[in-house]
Amino acid sequence: MSWLDHRTGIETAIRNFLYEDIPASSGWHQVFGSIAVFLFMVQAFTGALLAFNYAPTPGDAYNSLRYILTEVTAGHLIRGLHHWGASMLIVVVVLHLTQVFLYGAYKKPREATWMVGVILLLLTMAYGLTGYLLPWDNRAYWGTVVATQIASHIPFAGTYMSRLLGGEGAIGVVTFARFYGLHVLLLPPATGLLIAVHIYLVRKHGVAPAPGDAVKVTKKFYPRQAFKDTVAIFGAFVVLFAMATAVRVPLERLADPTDTAYVPRPDWYFLFLFETLKFFDGPLAVVGSVVLPSLAVLALLLVPFVDRGQVMRVTRRTVAFGVVVLALLGWTGLTVGAIATTPKRDNAVAIDYGAPTDWIRLSPQEMAGIGYFRQENCASCHSLEGKPRIGPDLANVPIKKTAAWMIAHFKHPAAMVPGSSMPAIQLSDAQLNALAAFLLKLTPHNAEALANAPGFAVQAALLFQGKNCGSCHEVNGVGMKIGPPLNGLARRRTKTWVVQHFGNPEALSPGSFMPPYQFSQRDMDNLVAYLFSLPDLPGPSATE
Amino acid sequence: MLIDYTSHRRFGGRSRLRAELPALQNQTDPLTDVFKTFTKWPPGAAPGRPIVKEMRATGESEVTRRKFYIGMIYGLWSLIATALSIPAAIYLLIPPKLRKMPEWVQAGTVSNLEAGVPVEMVFRQNRVDGWKVQSERTTAWVVKLPDAPVVAYGPQCTHLGCAYHWDESRHYFLCPCHTSIFNIGGAVVSGPAPRPLDRYETKVENGQLLLGPLRTSKEKA
Repeated sequence: MSWLDHRTGIETAIRNFLYEDIPASSGWHQVFGSIAVFLFMVQAFTGALLAFNYAPTPGDAYNSLRYILTEVTAGHLIRGLHHWGASMLIVVVVLHLTQVFLYGAYKKPREATWMVGVILLLLTMAYGLTGYLLPWDNRAYWGTVVATQIASHIPFAGTYMSRLLGGEGAIGVVTFARFYGLHVLLLPPATGLLIAVHIYLVRKHGVAPAPGDAVKVTKKFYPRQAFKDTVAIFGAFVVLFAMATAVRVPLERLADPTDTAYVPRPDWYFLFLFETLKFFDGPLAVVGSVVLPSLAVLALLLVPFVDRGQVMRVTRRTVAFGVVVLALLGWTGLTVGAIATTPKRDNAVAIDYGAPTDWIRLSPQEMAGIGYFRQENCASCHSLEGKPRIGPDLANVPIKKTAAWMIAHFKHPAAMVPGSSMPAIQLSDAQLNALAAFLLKLTPHNAEALANAPGFAVQAALLFQGKNCGSCHEVNGVGMKIGPPLNGLARRRTKTWVVQHFGNPEALSPGSFMPPYQFSQRDMDNLVAYLFSLPDLPGPSATE
Repeated sequence: MLIDYTSHRRFGGRSRLRAELPALQNQTDPLTDVFKTFTKWPPGAAPGRPIVKEMRATGESEVTRRKFYIGMIYGLWSLIATALSIPAAIYLLIPPKLRKMPEWVQAGTVSNLEAGVPVEMVFRQNRVDGWKVQSERTTAWVVKLPDAPVVAYGPQCTHLGCAYHWDESRHYFLCPCHTSIFNIGGAVVSGPAPRPLDRYETKVENGQLLLGPLRTSKEKA
């Protein structure tokens, strides 16, 4: 090791870094900066991994991200880490800022350290803003429409700002390239550089002491404080990893500039800004979108120059506590307000395109079969995912039976399979047909995807079968062609139109002899969402 | 100060401590109290005890505590590194789930194939390329061997993947890159190619040649 040290000085450098003198009062409250640096590195790492399988153009971005989520091994985890890491980074950076603020650690001579920190907070938010567009789903698209519109309202510089962001006119390939370039080419080195400056300044001035530290013996950073930082980082990592594995990050459908029903919302940490906009209208709008945020940033930057008093014990800094509590209340109020005014999007009718969507190409009959499979609780004895159960695994049966055999078996299980302990299924012939049709579609490859078909689509298919819609309409290549085929309905009609059409077909399409239907709200939502999720071009209904 | 002696060898460590012990007996140290409010360790020790006992206790625990800290630092960071690098390795190295493609592709007509004369057949094939399915023009060298069914060779030289061609006059396959030469049966005649030409699985239906997956020939040249 000393050979290396003689030539590079690395050992001495590490030693100098680790054996920094820190005040006696240092402890658990100072771990947030380290966590932030760690999370930044996790973001850089997972971001690079994502970039290895991601094509940054509007034409390919969505499909390549879907590929990462549904086909690449561990792709879900890597994307989860990156997604939740971004949120967590914001939280930790704000906690770090709050701690420094409460302890008054920005005071002379540490003003520059504080100001660099504020800029780092802004950069963190810039990552959030630019990264939001990159999945190129509906959420990304509409969120960015709003963001670039705000930029264009900046007095004097607005036109240039939106030109700079490539958002002039409409959002498209140029916007995308600009956002991607900012996100991966400009922001990371800028952040890295500023983190280095920030840490250099911390080292230059030393960790801010508390009152009374001057008469106490200083401590070494290593190992005790390093241990505390490590434990805190590990805790943060465990939370992040758990979220990345357990909480699904939904991918919505492909960005659709014609979707007038979409309600755009920014990511949770920008909701308070979003809500602020509502309080100002007309010529005052710019107050909410530009003036107030700029003033807030300016106030943050100037904190050390406003509060120039002596360093005080943290417990005596009532004003600072007051400011934090007020800020927290304001932020919470605005965020809650934004959430409360967001029209409830029924999660039950949202399709997660981050999961395989093999079910989309099934016929309504086969979809209804999934419904009966669930109703009859078949999965309690028959696994579809290769788990050992009492009955055979229906996706991996060595010999495929015919539909006729299956239906006979459903009615009298023991007659077809001597010694079978399966109870007879009490369903009508049409329903048994549907069940058999679904089972015929099963392969080991698609079993898991089909078993997890969303509930709304299954319910809608049951309704579709029950009302016999297939006797006039074609779906996924199955059904009669008396009425128009239902694939591509999303392109031809709006949801409101379809809902009204159910109530009174003749009013909306004169000459139609479709009978009117009255559905419950729930059924209507399911059915419309299902019809709108059908693939546009009626491809082969096969799922292989 | 006193506490520091035990942890830093350059101050004399325990030997100095031992030497100074008698003088310190029965004194109390205000710093101990400060120290204890910080560390709450060892649990049983209360502030204001005779300093010697205290120092012996802290001296011992200071060493084990230091060991514990360092052990935890290494341990936790290793856990983090493992939890990040294993998924990363899986993400990059394990091939993605394959979408199934039709296995047999129609390449062309073989009914009028002349025995012993290789023909380059050009056909379109769908290939899964990441998140896309590309329809690509591909070629195969198809030859009807005298006493064998139709054979179709993959279009790339087995050496470094250059496109080779049939040399009509000399009656062999020649790779222009590093002059590997294969005979009509695909076997290596000369050059650096490590193995015979790769063959498609083939079947003939109604005079049409259907090509299956390309099989790497295992035999050595």
